[in-house]
Amino acid sequence: MTDIPIGAVTTEEDRATADQWTARIRRRAEAAFPPKQLLPDRQPAFMASWIYVFGVLTLVSLTWVIVTGCILAIMGPSWWHVSSTGHFVNSLHLWSVECFFFFMVIHLWGKFFMAAWRGKRRLTWATGVVSFLVSVAAAFTGYLTQQNFDSQWISTQAKDGINSTGAGAFWNVLNFGQMLMWHIVLLPIGVTIIAGLHILMVRRRGIVPPFDVSPKKAPAPEVTTSTGEAAA
Amino acid sequence: MFFGVLLGALINLNGSGHYIHWGFIQISVANLTVILLMIVVFVVAILIPFPKRKEGDRE
Repeated sequence: MTDIPIGAVTTEEDRATADQWTARIRRRAEAAFPPKQLLPDRQPAFMASWIYVFGVLTLVSLTWVIVTGCILAIMGPSWWHVSSTGHFVNSLHLWSVECFFFFMVIHLWGKFFMAAWRGKRRLTWATGVVSFLVSVAAAFTGYLTQQNFDSQWISTQAKDGINSTGAGAFWNVLNFGQMLMWHIVLLPIGVTIIAGLHILMVRRRGIVPPFDVSPKKAPAPEVTTSTGEAAA
Repeated sequence: MFFGVLLGALINLNGSGHYIHWGFIQISVANLTVILLMIVVFVVAILIPFPKRKEGDRE
């Protein structure tokens, strides 16, 4: 890394556009996320462990959740409740959520025991925590909008808990339409944005090294390719 | 359809759920199974070595 501050004015063109907010944002983005750092083709050798796979497995599951959710939204309830293909896509939506939380919890455990907030990575950890909490809310509203006895039971049980916090005054779990809108619009947007920020922070600060690999004291770690091949 | 019948023969999902009570703790067998499976996968992910290419396989 250079000593030039992020977004600093360094060229003649930069000086000419120094007062333009679009140019300032562009320069800061280019400095914070160089293309090679944003989409790297090599990773540190210590990443050659299965425990580092669960972050991307969580992302793949989230992609499946969004894709199947979009198909369900396009076709509508009369499709997913009646046709066999609708049942199949509905089940894919459920099981991709199950996989999402399964992988995310293992990812969380792994990062917790690595103390992954070390080395100016507090914002990476914080965005992960917030993403997890918003995901729980998204999954909860999904259970409320199944349109079956299960969702009736969950909503009537949950209303007392929500009402005891005072949030029930504007967030009514018995209001099917409100819960459906939260489930298919607001919470997915929230999860996607926060997960996107989380990934950007990972790319910005890099993967946290193991405890015995200090970035200042230890020599630069051997790098590998994305397939785990050791570089020469 | 075949796999659904096969799974249904192994685990009957049509009945009421089974719960485990331990003091004030109450958890369904299904949830407990998922938690135990996550712990197993977590431990296995740490212990199993990640595959690496041999030196001769480099391009």
